[in-house]
Amino acid sequence: MISVKNINKSFYDKKVLDDVTVSFESGKTNLVIGRSGSGKTILLKSIVGLHEVDSGEVWFDDVLFNKLDFNGKQDIRKEMGMLFQGSALFDSLTVEHNVRFPLDMFTNKSPLEKIDRVNFCLKRVDIINANTLFPSELSGGMKKRVAIARAISLNPKYLFCDEPNSGLDPITAILIDALIKELTEEYNMTTIVNTHDMNSVMEIGEKITFIDDGKICWEGTKHEILHSDCEILNDFVFANSLAKQLRSSDK
Amino acid sequence: MIKFLTLFGRYFLLLKKVFSKPEKPSLYYKQTMHELVYLGFNSVGIITIISFFMGAVITLQTIYNTENPFLPTYIVGLGCRDSIILEFSSSMIALILAGKVGSNIASEIGTMRITEQIDALEIMGVNSASYLILPKIIAAVLFNPLLTLISICVGILGGWSVVIITGTMTPEDFIYGIQYAFIPYYITYSLIKTVFFAFIITTVSAFQGYYVDGGSLEVGRASTKAVVFSSILILLFNLILTQLLLS
Repeated sequence: MISVKNINKSFYDKKVLDDVTVSFESGKTNLVIGRSGSGKTILLKSIVGLHEVDSGEVWFDDVLFNKLDFNGKQDIRKEMGMLFQGSALFDSLTVEHNVRFPLDMFTNKSPLEKIDRVNFCLKRVDIINANTLFPSELSGGMKKRVAIARAISLNPKYLFCDEPNSGLDPITAILIDALIKELTEEYNMTTIVNTHDMNSVMEIGEKITFIDDGKICWEGTKHEILHSDCEILNDFVFANSLAKQLRSSDK
Repeated sequence: MIKFLTLFGRYFLLLKKVFSKPEKPSLYYKQTMHELVYLGFNSVGIITIISFFMGAVITLQTIYNTENPFLPTYIVGLGCRDSIILEFSSSMIALILAGKVGSNIASEIGTMRITEQIDALEIMGVNSASYLILPKIIAAVLFNPLLTLISICVGILGGWSVVIITGTMTPEDFIYGIQYAFIPYYITYSLIKTVFFAFIITTVSAFQGYYVDGGSLEVGRASTKAVVFSSILILLFNLILTQLLLS
């Protein structure tokens, strides 16, 4: 379980996280939703320590992560996998070497065992016969899949996904979402997904947190989200005209 | 002043991170070998071409400026040799490498920063600064002295060639000048300078790239800053080291 308590983060004079307190459950796909610029990515990067918080606490199970020294943080990070918005695959490495990188860095497996694990992870995300390709030769959806394969290569306890389906067509986006949910259940990971895609919310959201202007405004499930009294959330959820019409006819 | 001190502090904090214990030395070794080829071997061509022509030009200029019946002709070889060893093959080559290698390092690391590849390394638990920068420093510090030696040899060869081609003096006199009053310490001095310059080029350029914030425009700016700051520091350390090593 990951929990953050009263975290604050500012860039110069602008407060981007304002007294955020939220917890993310183990074995579940936890979604953080909100408009662009609402603070989702900063929250995620603050949790994993890519941004230092100004105040507050970040807990990974019973470890106070943000107070650890550099080496302590690196130890916890070996149990994390992260899918970045732009995939963040290493340009100079092939698909195989991208997925193999964490294995080379942190395990003493034999080359054959590493190849087996790489092929298993790639097969798990439906990437076949692409081992020798470079990231520049892959489509957006394939890049995301390879990034997921890399993220799960060390069987992480925690998976973080920042806008996993941004820039993807709706069908590929749903496939990526489904893959994240399946892997979360399969490996019993604590998964946090940042998104502003309502399809994702309805497909994979188990615990949903709505953030607006750096503040947590609402928490609940995908069933509760459609019947919330929170006005800002409703403006976000029913943003398009079709959803608005359906909602008014429902009322 | 505060901005300068902040920059200075950040630079040394980065160095502290760079020189921490590697997670897996075998991977660092592999990376260092890659950088030796990428930063070192790939620079041999340009260094050879520049050194040959500069050696030739230095020789010609020395010939035309020492046309005096009271001066022995072998002085051309001596002047050419000392200019190449003392200044050209260490300082000038370092300035050229600051342009070629420095901009390359800054843009490579800067692009990795803006495309979140460095964040990806950090999330995996890898010390990104050490993994990305240390092999480059080791490769440059090991290979640049070799480049300097190549430059010295090719530069002198360039001078000798121009003497033969133009016939402005006898090759025998030139070779005699090359051998005359040779001080081996000059080579040591040149190599010591090269090691310092290699360290400056790699660390300053990596520093500029590592802390890029923004997009492709900022990567370009970081590249330019890397070349400018490296060049200024090379000139400054050239002065300091010359005073320390030759006085």
